[in-house]
Amino acid sequence: MPVQDLEKIFQQKIDEEIKIEPKDWMPDAYRKTNLRQISQHAHSEVVGMLPEGNWITRAPSLKRKLILLAKVQDEGGHGLYLYSAAETLGMSREEMINDLHSGKAKYSSIFNYPTLTWADIGAIGWLVDGAAIMNQVMLTRTSYGAYARAMVRICKEESFHQRQGFEILLVLSRGSKEQKEMCQDAINRWWWPSLMMFGPKDSESTNSDQSMKWKIKRKSNDELRQNFIDMIAEQIKTLGMKLPDDKLKWNEERKHYDFGEINWDEFWQVVKGNGPCNKQRLDARREAWENGEWVRDAAAAYAKKRAARQKDKAA
Amino acid sequence: MNFIRKFYYGDIPEDKAGGNIVSKDSKTDWPLWEVFIRSKQGLDHKHAGSLHAADAQMAIENARDVYTRRMEGESIWVVESKYIIASNPDEAGELYEPAKDKIYRHPTFYNLPDEVNHM
Amino acid sequence: MSALIDYTLHLADNSLILGQRNGEWCGHGPILEQDIAITNISLDLIGQARSLYQYAAVLINDSELSVSSKASSPLERRFGGEVSEDSLAYLRTEREFKNCLLVEQSNGDWAQTILRQFLFSSYQYYLYQYLQTNTDTTIAAIAEKSLKEVSYHLRWSSEWVIRLGDGTGESHGRMLKAIDELWRYTGEFFIPADYEKELKIDGASLKYEWSKKIKTVFDEATLTVPPDIFMQEGGKQGRHTEQLGYILTELQYMQRAYPGCEW
Repeated sequence: MPVQDLEKIFQQKIDEEIKIEPKDWMPDAYRKTNLRQISQHAHSEVVGMLPEGNWITRAPSLKRKLILLAKVQDEGGHGLYLYSAAETLGMSREEMINDLHSGKAKYSSIFNYPTLTWADIGAIGWLVDGAAIMNQVMLTRTSYGAYARAMVRICKEESFHQRQGFEILLVLSRGSKEQKEMCQDAINRWWWPSLMMFGPKDSESTNSDQSMKWKIKRKSNDELRQNFIDMIAEQIKTLGMKLPDDKLKWNEERKHYDFGEINWDEFWQVVKGNGPCNKQRLDARREAWENGEWVRDAAAAYAKKRAARQKDKAA
Repeated sequence: MNFIRKFYYGDIPEDKAGGNIVSKDSKTDWPLWEVFIRSKQGLDHKHAGSLHAADAQMAIENARDVYTRRMEGESIWVVESKYIIASNPDEAGELYEPAKDKIYRHPTFYNLPDEVNHM
Repeated sequence: MSALIDYTLHLADNSLILGQRNGEWCGHGPILEQDIAITNISLDLIGQARSLYQYAAVLINDSELSVSSKASSPLERRFGGEVSEDSLAYLRTEREFKNCLLVEQSNGDWAQTILRQFLFSSYQYYLYQYLQTNTDTTIAAIAEKSLKEVSYHLRWSSEWVIRLGDGTGESHGRMLKAIDELWRYTGEFFIPADYEKELKIDGASLKYEWSKKIKTVFDEATLTVPPDIFMQEGGKQGRHTEQLGYILTELQYMQRAYPGCEW
């Protein structure tokens, strides 16, 4: 069948909302875009374990410690589901990890910011997971089947993440003067980076158009960002805290909140590797992987030995 | 970057299918396993996802740790992914289309008097 | 009553400190699947610790009301109110913790973490079996529930000991080093502390089963059980290695820096 026909059939499936499955014919650019996006997403989950993982040993109560452990562990699980989904596109997890460690593959820049106080754990749950979930809910309907299925599972598990974050802040907002200050300070530091998570403005985003046509994405960066701002601007009232943006104001005509300009220089600096923790995060991942090499080798060697012994026994 | 070497945009892969490209062998790479979980007694095992493990025992335990953290299962099957044989989507026509016109296989094909409508 | 409180705290501290140590791996494991596995064990252990601390808190609060010797109770003085699971975990000092020395030892490499888990889980396994029939029904119930978790920890860690012992030359060497590091802390399991004697908890009776288990797994792992060496002890009575102070510094930081706050 000529390529044009295959492409036509492919696009027809997409238009009819039929999911694309691993063995189906797909344009190579579709494969590459998915592979890039899914592996990036997987890397983000795994690198994302680090800033929150910082506070596992210091969590202020046993209950909070358990919740945080379970949450960070979930993120590891989510990374695993996503690596598996990406593997159906023909790249091994190890190759993806190597790309992460060499700096070739990217992950969400938000994890290059430091977690300085306990309130940051709340702010991450509420703002960062809140922003991520807007994207992820959209992705449960993405056109590539394996990705969509991973996202369904992830969204189900994520539902407690944002709630626990908000609850942490709620307790702080009703606590002592120091706790309230801690809460406001964390919101101040995480608000703008969380808006940057939706990516560049639509007018400057290079990947969006084709992704929309292929229904990998279904909403634009700006659309998702606006939804997020509208949601958070309401929720913060319950906390009695302030978002650090004097331009933030309800616009009756648009039925949306107006907001100030995002510092895109900062965004690009962090993407390029100059965020406060880029180096530490990658170093930590590389170190874990390198220190684990002998462990992975040993298990593989043992599996081989045992299989050989069983074969001998059977013979 | 195997997949780039092999396919170009719009190119037709040899088997006319996209997936399942064998990636490079590595001594540290644990094999990939497919995980099937029965959520409760009486139901079928259902594909849950995949994971890496050095051996079958570890695959079962990893599946337990990864895929049943929220009481999703009570029985696990694992099989090394390479042993799964999948049908080719290009043959979907000949494999599945013929079943479409055999409507007499479905109970709704038969009109019975109301008295026996619990048959 | 005070012996039962001490013993409950001893069991709770064991689980909390090992859970805290394992939790340090989260995000840094040798492969994602095992990162998740060790975190599960950590969650189980901290869960056990909570049940035990909650029980200890009930015992303390009740006993102190009945004895009405509030002023003489160091815990009450420090907490200025009712004792809770968190005050027990976050406000006691190094000398008040009663965990075994083994669980506070550092993670080291994966071999050391695995061996520590195996040595301790096998002990906990026989101990909880034994405690299931304890006359204190709460302790018995907690032991019974925890036993299911511990059985899995034991199975998981045994398999890893075998994999590493019989894996590569390097992994075998690392297991030897871990044994050299940790074996000296296992003798303490079977030497009863005052409160165990008072409660007639016969830890020594577990030694035979425990040793048999260790030998079976070590044999399969091509490792040798060390000969009788000098054993360190004291953890159960609050005399710890230098490691514990650092663990508590991190663990208790928030409660110490912001006294009396809710989180």
